[in-house]
Amino acid sequence: MANNLNIEVSPLSRVEGHGDLIINVKDKKIEKLMFRIPESPRFFEAMLVGRKYDEPSHITSRICGICSVAHTCASIKATEKALGIKPSEQTINLRKLIYHHENVQSNVLHVYFLAAPDFFGVGSVIPLVETYPEVVNIALRTKKMANDIVRIIGGRAVHPIRTVIGGFTKLPTEEEMIKMKEMLLASYPDLEKSLEILRTLKIPEFERKTEYISISDTIDYALYDGNIKSTDGWEIDDQNYLDKMKEKVVKYSTAKHCWVKGNVFMVGALARFNNNYQKLTDNAKKYAEELGLKAPCHNTFMNNIAQFVEIVHSIDDSIRLIDKILEDGLDEGKAMTDIKPGAGRGVGVVEAPRGLLIHDYTYNDKGRVEKANLIIPTGMNYANIEKDMHALVPTILDKSEDEIRLTCEMLIRAYDPCISCSTHFLKVKLINR
Amino acid sequence: MSKPKVGIFGFTGCGGCQLEILNLEDQLLDLVNAIEIVHFTELVTEYSDTYEIALVEGSITTKHGVERIKKIGNIAKTIVAIGACAVTGGLNCLKNLYGLEKAKELVYGDKKDWIDSIEVKPIDTYVKVDYYSRGCPPNRFEIVDIVRSLIVGRKPEIPNYPVCVECKRNGNTCVYELGITCMGPISRAGCNSRCPNSVSGCEACRGVIDEPNVNAQKDLLAEYGLTVEDIMEGFNLYNACKGKTIEQKGK
Repeated sequence: MANNLNIEVSPLSRVEGHGDLIINVKDKKIEKLMFRIPESPRFFEAMLVGRKYDEPSHITSRICGICSVAHTCASIKATEKALGIKPSEQTINLRKLIYHHENVQSNVLHVYFLAAPDFFGVGSVIPLVETYPEVVNIALRTKKMANDIVRIIGGRAVHPIRTVIGGFTKLPTEEEMIKMKEMLLASYPDLEKSLEILRTLKIPEFERKTEYISISDTIDYALYDGNIKSTDGWEIDDQNYLDKMKEKVVKYSTAKHCWVKGNVFMVGALARFNNNYQKLTDNAKKYAEELGLKAPCHNTFMNNIAQFVEIVHSIDDSIRLIDKILEDGLDEGKAMTDIKPGAGRGVGVVEAPRGLLIHDYTYNDKGRVEKANLIIPTGMNYANIEKDMHALVPTILDKSEDEIRLTCEMLIRAYDPCISCSTHFLKVKLINR
Repeated sequence: MSKPKVGIFGFTGCGGCQLEILNLEDQLLDLVNAIEIVHFTELVTEYSDTYEIALVEGSITTKHGVERIKKIGNIAKTIVAIGACAVTGGLNCLKNLYGLEKAKELVYGDKKDWIDSIEVKPIDTYVKVDYYSRGCPPNRFEIVDIVRSLIVGRKPEIPNYPVCVECKRNGNTCVYELGITCMGPISRAGCNSRCPNSVSGCEACRGVIDEPNVNAQKDLLAEYGLTVEDIMEGFNLYNACKGKTIEQKGK
């Protein structure tokens, strides 16, 4: 039983980027609890100023290697909105398809490579190569399938080339579409095996009610497009995000923090699941049920399970999208839409693997960026992570220091924080209106 | 043969180069078997400060970063810079172009003095770099080739010919014919001309070859009614730090 506790984990491993965790407990009371981001800031909003309308998607893709498709799409959507460009339905379907597979590769990376070692009591995925080769092989196969789909549609797995404003510089061939469908169909046995493995994991018990925010659509389980929706019952058009959100700079972090109406909130797979459960495929719903995940779920640790359920959904929905694209017939004439540069402001909102991602650009009449604002999911989760820790730590003080440290690390890891992205991350604040 | 101890380190960047190592998929387990990874914060909790080879991603942009890279320089026998940010400073250098103080003020406002940020530099400003795996992202197979070469004691072969060579080999239509500008004639190959393959112009993310035929690039631009200035903005995306203009490169 620990009355006093000093935990400092620096740097926290198996997260993308550099973050530190500091907890001081004295006489069973938390004196200090901090998840600090000392990662170097990068100044993307400054880099973008003055750049031509066709460059921001290439520049902002480099915010994050793991979610470069998400940044590319948010950027493209913001610019298309600002310049009044309407991409074809074919373009949107292909974007949704590539989008699914960045989400799959990212979720696989997190569930199997970064989070799973904690459940198997090891420090990384490397020892699992010997002890649980099947887990590693399933992960590598599923990740490769997803990356190959991103490669086929985007031209490469990290920082896609073909996804540009107006459409695609090059379309996949019909043969490639059929090949992708075969790859997807071949992945189901691995999903079944994953289900058996995940069922054996002991997910820590924890519950803390918070607000969950994601995008939401009337038809899709929204990743690429939708309104911004909260489990607190409000829904707004994505162009009006500033009605609800505010960012501010905090001293110990290069990442700005984000608030909604003074409340902290959570974004990411669990938030999407809680808001959009009904839009999942029946198959994905079945997996959720098998793994004990029900909406609304207030256990942050279950974010890992929500990520897996999303993998199933993305694979199901990709097959539907491929059938639709093939049925409509791939049309070179619809690959690109005409672009006329001009002045305007546009907001692009998507669900990055780690949650709500907002790009907001203002262009001058020469089609050059005058002002850019980027709000990143980990920045939104930051305050919620600290609240979760405050709720969790007092309940586990009877455990050993090592166990407390591990449980806290697992909690942060459950968010799949992406610190490279968030080094612009301000605390984002929701406003009560 | 004992396995070389390898550290994989990230500085300021997007993590994409380290991700490309994980994206090796088919070769990843062989790579993990051939080396002993002793430091890789993104993937592994345990770490040690004894290693022979350091693979370094990212640019140096903070005082803390300068200390860290110097420490790595003191430990590693061989340093490999992976990716544009480590090799040339990459896209991060757009901050220098904008102006450091101005950038701090724009993003962090009156809180700008809280932020540790210095002018962006590639890692060879502070340590001796033995090999460069260029590009944004780098070619993951080239990273494997460099590591393999280091294990067997052979010098890795890094192309020093322009992207046009690969592009022609791939049978692409020259993108200039389609009205797209391209840095291919003077940019270093090794990417398998991946941007022109996707009907996009090369952005020189692997930098310029050692002795570029600048006149050929100028002639090509002239043929399509363009000037060097027209393409410099694109060239600056990944090459603003090394600061040489195309004119200087020719000298």
